[in-house]
Amino acid sequence: MSVRHVLGKLGLALAVFVIVSPAILFFLWMASLSVKFEVDNAAYPPIFIPTHFAWKNYADVLASNRFLTYFVNSLLVTGTATFLAMLVGVPAGYGIARMAAHKSAVVILIARITPGLSYLIPLFLLFQWLGLLGTLVPQIIIHLVVTVPIVIWIMIGYFETTPLELEEAALIDGATRWQVFRHVALPIARPGLAVAFILAVIFSWNNFVFGIVLAGRETRTLPVAVYNMISFDQLSWGPLAAAALIVTFPVLLLTVFAQRQIVAGLTAGAVKGG
Amino acid sequence: MSTLTRATPAAARTEPAPRREWRPPSYWPFVVPALIVVLAVIIFPWLFTIWMSLNEWKVGSPTTFVGLANYLRLPNDPRFIEAVEHTLVYTALSVLLPLVFGTFAAVVFHAKFPWRGFLRAIFIMPMMATPVAIALVWTMMFHPQLGVLNYLLSLVGLPPQLWVFHPATVIPSLVLVETWQWTPLVMLIVLGGIAAIPIEPYESAQIDGAGMWQMFRYITLPLITPFLFIAAMIRGIDAVKSFDVIFAITQGGPGSASETINLYLYSVAFIYYDLGYGSAIAVMFFVLIIALAAVLLYLRQRTLWTEIGLGA
Repeated sequence: MSVRHVLGKLGLALAVFVIVSPAILFFLWMASLSVKFEVDNAAYPPIFIPTHFAWKNYADVLASNRFLTYFVNSLLVTGTATFLAMLVGVPAGYGIARMAAHKSAVVILIARITPGLSYLIPLFLLFQWLGLLGTLVPQIIIHLVVTVPIVIWIMIGYFETTPLELEEAALIDGATRWQVFRHVALPIARPGLAVAFILAVIFSWNNFVFGIVLAGRETRTLPVAVYNMISFDQLSWGPLAAAALIVTFPVLLLTVFAQRQIVAGLTAGAVKGG
Repeated sequence: MSTLTRATPAAARTEPAPRREWRPPSYWPFVVPALIVVLAVIIFPWLFTIWMSLNEWKVGSPTTFVGLANYLRLPNDPRFIEAVEHTLVYTALSVLLPLVFGTFAAVVFHAKFPWRGFLRAIFIMPMMATPVAIALVWTMMFHPQLGVLNYLLSLVGLPPQLWVFHPATVIPSLVLVETWQWTPLVMLIVLGGIAAIPIEPYESAQIDGAGMWQMFRYITLPLITPFLFIAAMIRGIDAVKSFDVIFAITQGGPGSASETINLYLYSVAFIYYDLGYGSAIAVMFFVLIIALAAVLLYLRQRTLWTEIGLGA
C-alpha cells in the first residue's frame, strides 16, 4: 500500500513536471536570451546562463526607438479603451441581466466570433474619411471592439448571480433604479468589476492586429513597436528578446497575482478579444 | 458557446424574476450608452462590410456597384482556395492537440499537490502573454542554425528541422506554438467539468477494482464530454481566426505555405487595398466560422450527454 502510495505521488509529480515545463522553460529561455550578448546567443551548444550578463540590452531598449512614446501610447489606448468599456459596459451588463434580455447577448457573441480584421476595413475607411489616422483616437475606438464585449459579458454573469432581495427592498423604500444600481448592486459586484477590468486590460494591451493597420510611426503601441523591431535589427537577438519581455512582463505579473480573477473570468465567459 | 456555460447558475436560481407591479421595468437607460457604442463599432462595420463587398472598392479610385462579382471571384482565386485549405488543416490540428493535452492537464490539475495555485498561474501564462512577444521568441527558437529547438532535437538523436522555414513543416510548427499557447484554455474549461463530477462513482469503481485509466475512460470522459465540445468550439473559432502568431512568425510564408484566410484577407485589404474584394473575403470568412460553430453544436446535440449540466 505504501509503495503504491509513493509511486502514485511520483507519477503525479512527473505529470505535473511534464505539463508545466513547456511554459516554464519557454519563459526562462526568453529571459536567458534577453540577458545575453550576441556571442552567447549565437553559441552552439546554446548557453543557458551566461558568464557575463548583458543588462545593456534592457538599457538599450528603454533608451532607444522611442520606447517611451510607444509605452505611453499603449497606456493611453488600453487605459482609455478599458475605462470607456467599464463606463458603458457595467451598466449595460446590469440592465441586460435585470431585464433578462438574453437575446441581446447574441450581439456580444457575434462580436466574439467575428475576426478582428473585418472590423478594420470599414473603420479604417471611416477614420481616413474623418482625418483621424495620425492620432491615437482610431486605436482607442477600435479597441472598444475588444473591451466592451468582455466587460458586458462578464458583468451580465455577475449581476445574474447577485441576490435581488436587497435591490427589491431599496426600490420599495423609494430609491431610484440608478441609486439601487450605484449603492446596492455595484458594491456587491465588485469582484466581477475586477475580473472584467483585468481581462479587458490584458486583451487590449496584447492586441496587435488593430495597431499594424491603424498606427503610424508616432502612434504605435508596444506590440506593434516590437514587431517593427524585427525588420530593423533582425540579428541582435538580445535587445529583441529584452523588448519582448518588457512588453509582456506586466501581463505575466498580472497573471500571477490576479490568477483567481483571470481563471474565473475566462471560464465564466471564455471571452477572448480580437 | 459561452451561453452554455452560463446556463447552469441561471437555471439553478430558485425563483423566477419576481414581479414588480408597482413600477414598470425601466432598465433601458442602463443599456443605451453601450448600445450606441456597439452599434457604432460592431453593427455599423458589419453592415458596411456587406455593402462594400458588393462594390468594386479600391483606395484612391471611385467605387462602382458590381453586385456579387467579388464573391464570384473567390472560387476562381487559387490563392484563396489554398488559404482555405491551410486554414482547415491548421484549425483541425489546433483544436485536436490542445484538446488532448488540455484534458490530460485538467486531470492532473484536479489532483491536490503543493504549489498548485502558483503552478497553475505559470501554466496559463502562455495564453495571457502578448502574442507578438512570444512569437518573436519562438522565431528565434525555430532558427535552423542558432535555435534551441534543433539543439534539443540533437540531444535525443533526431535530425535538425527547418521548422517554419520549410513549406512542409511550417504549418505543424505554427500548430506547435498554437498548442503551447492555448492548451491552458482547454484545461480550464475541462477542469470546470471535472470539478463538477461527484465522488461516488469513483469510490464504487475503486471498490470494484477499476484502474486509473478505466476510471478516466468510463467515468470522467463521458461526464466531461459537454465541456470538451465547448472547448472544441471555442478553440475552433479562435484557431480559424489566428493571426498574430502566424503573421509575426512567417507573414504567411515561406511563399504562401502558411497563408490562412485571415492573412490573405490582410494582404488583399491592406497591402493591395482591394477593399471590396477584401470585404467579400471577410463575409465568407464569417460564414465559414458560423458554419464551423454550427457543425460542432450539431455534433454536440447528437451525443447522449446533453442532460448533464448544460442544456443548450
